[in-house]
Amino acid sequence: MTGLTANGVAHAPSRTVRTIILGLIGVIFAVPIVAMIEFTLRAGLVGGYNVDRWVALFQSGFTGVYRPVLVALGNSVALAVGTVLIVLLLLVPTMLLVHIRFPRLRRVLEFTCILPITIPAIVLVVGLAPVYAIVARMLGSGVWTLAFAYGITVLPFAYRAIQSNLDGVDVKTLTEAARTLGAGWGRVLLWVLVPNLRRGILAGAFIVVAVVLGEFTIASLLNRVNLQTALVVVSKVDPYTAVILSLLALAFAFLLLLVIGRLGAPRTRTSRRRTNVKGQA
Amino acid sequence: MYVLLFLAVPTLIAIGTGFFDNTGAFTLVTVAALGDPVVLTTFFNSFWLSALTAVVGAVVGAAVCYALLGARPDGPLRTTIDSLSGVLAQFGGVMLAFAFVATIGIQGMVTLYLRDTFGLDIFENGVWLYSTTGLILPYIYFQVPLMIITFMPALQALKPQWAEANATLGGSTASYWFRIAFPVLAPSFIGSLLLLFANAFSSYATAAALVSQGSQIVPLQIRAALTSETLLGRENLAGALALGMIVVMAVVMLGYSALQSRAARWQQ
Amino acid sequence: MNSQKLKVQQPTAPTRPGTVVEFVGVVKEFSGMRALDGFNLSLHAGECVALLGPSGSGKTTALRVLAGLESTDAGSITIDGIDVSALATSKRDMGMVFQSYSLFPHLSAGENVEFGLRMRKIKPAERRRRAAASLAMVGLDDHFDRFAHQLSGGQQQRVALARALVTEPRVLLLDEPLSALDAKVRVQLRDEIRRIQTELGITTLFVTHDQDEALAIADRVAVMRAGNIEQVGTPEELYSRPATPFIADFVGLSNRIDGLVRSAWAEVYGTSLALIDPSTPDGPVTVSIRPEDIEFAAEGLAATVVASSFLGSLRRTTVRLGDGTILFLQHGVRVHPRAGESVYVIFTGAPVSTEPVGPASVAQQQY
Ligand SMILES: Nc1ncnc2c1ncn2[C@@H]1O[C@H](COP(=O)(O)OP(=O)(O)O)[C@@H](O)[C@H]1O
Ligand SMILES: [Mg+2]
Repeated sequence: MTGLTANGVAHAPSRTVRTIILGLIGVIFAVPIVAMIEFTLRAGLVGGYNVDRWVALFQSGFTGVYRPVLVALGNSVALAVGTVLIVLLLLVPTMLLVHIRFPRLRRVLEFTCILPITIPAIVLVVGLAPVYAIVARMLGSGVWTLAFAYGITVLPFAYRAIQSNLDGVDVKTLTEAARTLGAGWGRVLLWVLVPNLRRGILAGAFIVVAVVLGEFTIASLLNRVNLQTALVVVSKVDPYTAVILSLLALAFAFLLLLVIGRLGAPRTRTSRRRTNVKGQA
Repeated sequence: MYVLLFLAVPTLIAIGTGFFDNTGAFTLVTVAALGDPVVLTTFFNSFWLSALTAVVGAVVGAAVCYALLGARPDGPLRTTIDSLSGVLAQFGGVMLAFAFVATIGIQGMVTLYLRDTFGLDIFENGVWLYSTTGLILPYIYFQVPLMIITFMPALQALKPQWAEANATLGGSTASYWFRIAFPVLAPSFIGSLLLLFANAFSSYATAAALVSQGSQIVPLQIRAALTSETLLGRENLAGALALGMIVVMAVVMLGYSALQSRAARWQQ
Repeated sequence: MNSQKLKVQQPTAPTRPGTVVEFVGVVKEFSGMRALDGFNLSLHAGECVALLGPSGSGKTTALRVLAGLESTDAGSITIDGIDVSALATSKRDMGMVFQSYSLFPHLSAGENVEFGLRMRKIKPAERRRRAAASLAMVGLDDHFDRFAHQLSGGQQQRVALARALVTEPRVLLLDEPLSALDAKVRVQLRDEIRRIQTELGITTLFVTHDQDEALAIADRVAVMRAGNIEQVGTPEELYSRPATPFIADFVGLSNRIDGLVRSAWAEVYGTSLALIDPSTPDGPVTVSIRPEDIEFAAEGLAATVVASSFLGSLRRTTVRLGDGTILFLQHGVRVHPRAGESVYVIFTGAPVSTEPVGPASVAQQQY
């Protein structure tokens, strides 16, 4: 009678309205993806559909024409691992240190970590080109050197994921408790803090992987080969295969983000249980 | 702290080289290149493309957020849409270009369907997919998901009690939306809008994969400048363009923080 | 339902005829679960009724149904004799204060208070005057331009109260408005709400799970349990004549001891005690005895002191009887039993409430 929904959220839309909005926008957004699938199933110029291209791609085992893609994928994975390592070894300890020992630097750290979001990758490339000229001279022009650049572009994402976990855990008390029990800093970090921040760190790592696997701008303009640049090359030769690979990559990224979402979910459940216990005590 | 330095140095160098040219001197010639009509047109193209897709993305994205209000945050509907949004907003890039070639390319599914069923040729006046106009749809395709990601938390933070207080005080549904919800949401909405603008303005991958020739928007012009140093007969045009982009981004961010401090009047 | 209606004389006569509210057989289900199960309650003109009960007993639902924020599945709600079931919340003319802070964050305290007047299309000058007066009533006249985040929790609830009252609603609804505040502010604001309510003579429904709060603020207290009202009465009635051990337990403390009812008397450890409800059938029961209705004596039941704690104006002592039963007593501070000391206790003979021993007493909800 007052337009309230069953769950009492007075401003939420009715079921019908929700279905209409989501259905409409959902269908429109599905079109390009459907078009990609349709495209890969086309059977030559004569019309009709079959799954030949998919079969061909998988049976070939990525040999021959597709070999460069496999190499590029290897590069991207290596870059993702390298970038995750940089984030884990540098960002996590810094954040913890700032959180526990230098809380006043928190604003500075936050600003630094969010800054890259305001600097377009294309601008970063302009700045990086001369830097990489030097890097190449010192360390060679291996693809892995890109991990340094990616370490910066992923900062905002990794920072946000870890920080939200950090906010939910009383790091200070945990640390103090462990210290009074006689643990040194190293042990506090490894045995107490990292296990408690596992979700945030894991989510951060997954996001880093997703971003690195999807990165194109920097690799392309610094003439390095990664998954995305290889896809562009393949698309010039064999657009069908490029689209198939894109679909697979999109599906993989979707699953990755779904896992990140699931990682976040149990956290709220545990904290709810914890408050309940407190309420009964 | 050594870590901070490690992070800061490459960033600063990157900005530095944007400001100065490769020889390390600050030359007005570089900056003057920004006044070139060709460059101005590119900035103008980038500007309206970003503004248009930001507005459309913000409105459509906000509608999706509104539709998702009643759904449980940890339910399957929300998690699926959140993940899909993440993929399209942050991962799509090159692959979105392929998707739109497959959809509205010359041999695209929708192109062929419209031609064969309605006799409608969407490319009657030339193939626009590979021009700035062609970027509109792909850009909207990643702007809407970005809006969903950034705006949903703000919408979620609307307290049901505000709607209920409005009702017990004699207010109508309209008074709730116009006097409470919209004013409360305005800062987040405009903030997201600016973020979307910045996102489109700095986006490169989709455009680069779609448009292999020409440089209709600033990032593509930087590509051209980087690959052939003598474009427009000026050296370091890339640096100048990068500087121009940073200026635009800085203005957007200033607008953003001005907005935040205005809203801070009633926010914590 | 043995609600004894004892009209309490208002300290200040209401300035205008108050509103009468009546719930009759109201049922409200949430996906098969009954939050209100044939709920009956009447609010007399100008009185303050506290709805007291454990968490989940349906208090909030009862209040929201009256406000029109939830629909009913059966039964009727009338205000001044008129059924309001079909009336939208905005037309019911109620003032409501929520448990969580509900001030509109983008409006100042004054603008928040003005909101209801604006909805009623009152002219700006008068709006401002009335909002200021309302804020003055809750002692915040100099906070007109503050935003919610610049106010303490107690101040926010005061503004919410001013906002609810400025439109001179027919009924004032408060849903645990004090539960988010700390102890001292809670008592202060509680007394202030009572003062304002009495001055205005506005019919008020005050939901709480805190018995002290309910007893302190209300003309009558209605104790809820599982979607129904277990007993309604003045605070004194509830305390001295609880209808059931659930009430005895919920309103004030009490000892629960096994006993036997025989010919309208309860027998506990060889002592016969009068029953509050003399019609109780014979059989084994659980008897509720207030801690102040047990005393130390020169002889009686032998017991050992377990612990004794000082509570300011009185002292509470826990003793163990020979069979292991634990009892607690309340007494003056001058008596100071030591742990381990052997003592004798007796029952003073005040009437007691009982409950048959059985599954019902097992399902007892505790808060
Ligand atoms: N919107 C709702 N949806 C489902 N169940 C609800 C809802 N509101 C209340 N309930 C259920 O109804 C019962 C009574 O709730 P409530 O009236 O809030 O109790 P109280 O205010 O006494 O703590 C509870 O068991 C609660 O879980
Ligand atoms: Mg409640």
